[in-house]
Amino acid sequence: MAMTNRKLGVLMFSPAIIYVLAVVGVPFVLAFVYAVGDVKIASVGYHYVGLANFRSVLESPTFRRSLYDSIIFTVGTQVVVLVGSTVLSLALKDRFTGRGFIRFLILLPWVAPVSLGTIGWKWILDSIYSVINWVLVHLHFVRPFDTPMWLGEPTLAMISVIGVESWRLLPFSTVILLAGLTAIPRDIPEAAAVDGAGFWRTLFQITIPMILPIVNVAILFGVIFVFTDMTVVYILTRGGPYDTTQVLPSLAFFTGILGSDLAEGAAISIFLVPILVAVAYFMLRVASRAEVG
Amino acid sequence: MVSGTGRRVFGGLVHALVLMAFSVLLAFPFYWMLITIFKRTNDLYNLQNNPFKFNEKPTLEHLQLLFHDTLYLRWVANTAFVGAIVVLITLVLAVPAAYALARLTGRWGERLGIAIFLTYLVPPTLLFIPLSRLVAILGLQDSLWSLIVVYPSFTVPFSIWLLMGFFKSIPRELEDAAMVDGLTRFGAFVKLVVPISVSGILTVVIFSFTLVTQEFVYALTFISSEAHQMVGVGVPIFLVRGDVYYWGSLMAACLITSLPIALLYNLFLDRFIAGFTVGAVK
Amino acid sequence: MAIVETRKLTKVFKQGQPGAVNHVDLETREGEFLVFLGPSGSGKTTLLRMIAGLETPTSGEILIGGNVVNHLPPRERRIAMVFQSYALYPHLTVYQNIVFPLKAQKVKKELHKQKVEWASALLGIGRLLDRKPRELSGGERQRVALARAIVREPSVFLLDEPLSNLDAKLRASAREELEQFQKRVGTTTIYVTHDQVEAMAMGDRVVVLNQGTVRQIGTPQEVYDQPADTFVATFLGSPPMNLLETDDLIVGFRPERFLPSGLVAGSGSTDEIASRMKTEHLLLADVGKRVPLRFRVEYIEYLGAERILYGALEGGRFPGKAVASRIPSGVTERYEANSVHDFIVPESELKFFDRASEKRVAPKAIPWQ
Repeated sequence: MAMTNRKLGVLMFSPAIIYVLAVVGVPFVLAFVYAVGDVKIASVGYHYVGLANFRSVLESPTFRRSLYDSIIFTVGTQVVVLVGSTVLSLALKDRFTGRGFIRFLILLPWVAPVSLGTIGWKWILDSIYSVINWVLVHLHFVRPFDTPMWLGEPTLAMISVIGVESWRLLPFSTVILLAGLTAIPRDIPEAAAVDGAGFWRTLFQITIPMILPIVNVAILFGVIFVFTDMTVVYILTRGGPYDTTQVLPSLAFFTGILGSDLAEGAAISIFLVPILVAVAYFMLRVASRAEVG
Repeated sequence: MVSGTGRRVFGGLVHALVLMAFSVLLAFPFYWMLITIFKRTNDLYNLQNNPFKFNEKPTLEHLQLLFHDTLYLRWVANTAFVGAIVVLITLVLAVPAAYALARLTGRWGERLGIAIFLTYLVPPTLLFIPLSRLVAILGLQDSLWSLIVVYPSFTVPFSIWLLMGFFKSIPRELEDAAMVDGLTRFGAFVKLVVPISVSGILTVVIFSFTLVTQEFVYALTFISSEAHQMVGVGVPIFLVRGDVYYWGSLMAACLITSLPIALLYNLFLDRFIAGFTVGAVK
Repeated sequence: MAIVETRKLTKVFKQGQPGAVNHVDLETREGEFLVFLGPSGSGKTTLLRMIAGLETPTSGEILIGGNVVNHLPPRERRIAMVFQSYALYPHLTVYQNIVFPLKAQKVKKELHKQKVEWASALLGIGRLLDRKPRELSGGERQRVALARAIVREPSVFLLDEPLSNLDAKLRASAREELEQFQKRVGTTTIYVTHDQVEAMAMGDRVVVLNQGTVRQIGTPQEVYDQPADTFVATFLGSPPMNLLETDDLIVGFRPERFLPSGLVAGSGSTDEIASRMKTEHLLLADVGKRVPLRFRVEYIEYLGAERILYGALEGGRFPGKAVASRIPSGVTERYEANSVHDFIVPESELKFFDRASEKRVAPKAIPWQ
């Protein structure tokens, strides 16, 4: 039986494509359909309501607060992660004894299930028994009985969720940058050294520009992961205190699932789409450039 | 590296300090889990005590509570069950698809591969609301099968992407030789390409399994009863009674679950990263 | 301009293992083109990298221009280096590549453009200044690397196999260009290669290295005609020198000096020779005493004009010993596998080595039968 490569190919990839379309494509479209309807958990019919859900969402101060928090959360985390992972990947670049073990330690936050690592932080940031507070008290930075409420005050809570999210993402970003750094041929920094460049000039004019494409990849993934993540917020603060750490995904969960208003929840989560589209666009550019170069 | 002695010593010192600071910062929660597991409750909740040392004798009471009086082991079993079946589905779908896109469909397949990869970026937090309804329509709510059906939505796209890179690195001549020697194209795929790619396929197995253990949003949304929970949701949500946190048992569950997953993941890390770098590294 | 000198220079990468470079003493001359020649693993690149400051010596001293530079980083050694891969900065244009050393060395900004133009004119790459390295051919990349090296007028050039990434045809022309270029700028140059043709063609002097030690330093002619030991004797020349072991001696002669007896002056009438040979200069002129050897040809390799005969000696003192002969072009004599011929070696062409130390010793008379 002769079969062209193309026919065989179609036959081989169709099941996967159909499956992905069914479990990603269909709900993706449904998210838009729900957002312009009146679906509730356990409701039966569907009525088109136009942009009513979006109107009510946009008018809600909680939503606006969440949008704002989402942006702060994403940008804050990206800044911390980018600076941290650049420094860390540079430190890990060269071989040294114990590198494997240190790499394992550093990777733990990324490879351990996110909800479990976060609950560890919840204990570390506990309102009464926080080990951080114990250290602060004993270093006489703060007085006992006046210790910071890491998850109980709006600013501190935002700092805490950004900190934990950064803790979680830093290893991922580091290994991506590390892949970029190790791909630089050894000759290049050596040539720079012979040409007269010192540590900083080599870093800023050679190393960093050379890994820029890969830094872009790390940022793109980072933005997606952080902007669409609700786990850290959900476990640490449940969006509190007073919705000051509520982000769009967690708000969508509280509204759509716990609040049974699927339509409004869907409308909230639609606001994730522009970021997705932007990231997808840039990702395609990276991929096509890699194809050419 | 290439400077005077003084500068080299200084550079080495900065290097060591940076590494130490990051290791402590990143690994500290796990160290803290370890300490907490063996501390007596009174020791944990006494503000006068130095939390870094054992002020009372270590105890196994938290571990006993975790293993005897909670559903922890049940959750672990649930997770393993879901993980195994999802891995199976992922392999069946992704291996042939990746080969077809890498080898059989030319440039067009390449494009389709990238499109599939992009679906990996569509987050659960966008899909969980419609999916919760679909799950209800299928009558799968509060069943592990809801997760088994949905999880391939993120394991399949990334696995296809990883395997495409893997298959492309196999020299074409090898398959040509097999076909000259009398195999069909599909035969060459089954008898030659798949065995050669065992390590790539293993990577996909580990990757899919760890993704399943790490997933949180779908499990939280679809599963309501305690007995059907996955470990990632069961531990942080159901080990808490009202406002009471059993920190010792909680930390034990976290550490015991995390370490094997972390070890496995660490082994295959470089290959996952190769997938994430989208060809921006050559 | 400067002289580079090494004193007892040693590099041991792993303690307890033999050094990559052992007690190397050498000194360049002013404006000289010095070639480090050796097989891979001979330590030639490590030696160069230590001079550049990219590798820290385990012991010994490096002097540039009379000053010990061991403690100086590369950028303070006033050197320029061309790497095997050229190490062009891929994200920078050709102009930015060439100007990089000037910026790094804090040369005054006003001079940048002028200097880059001078360097690029010298290498003939003026029209490439806006391109990125990946848009250049191999030969163009090599020139850019050279321009980047020359632009800040270093006192020493270090070149690490800069031609090995070029294809064979380009390599020959690039070799000549590079040589011309060095003569013009007159900068002391150290050139690392494993290619004996390059070394012979380009070097004012050649340093032959093996297993981290200097085997011989000399002009190309010296290392070829008066090899210091059996390693140098066999490393240079293609096919390598024929070596025959006897008692405490090793006797060697080059394949191109191992010729059919009828082709050498004095062994027959001049007319006979003239009739057999078309080109006169290939003839060995009056060579004095000669050693006759019976040669069984086993295999013939045709190299276009020349032929190489592989086979073994018959009878005499070295029966069955494998040797080779390079027959010059113009010799019309036919040779076939498994034929036996009378060959000779001029006695003046014999090299003698001590069998234990493998060092060359004074000629001695040995019984050939």
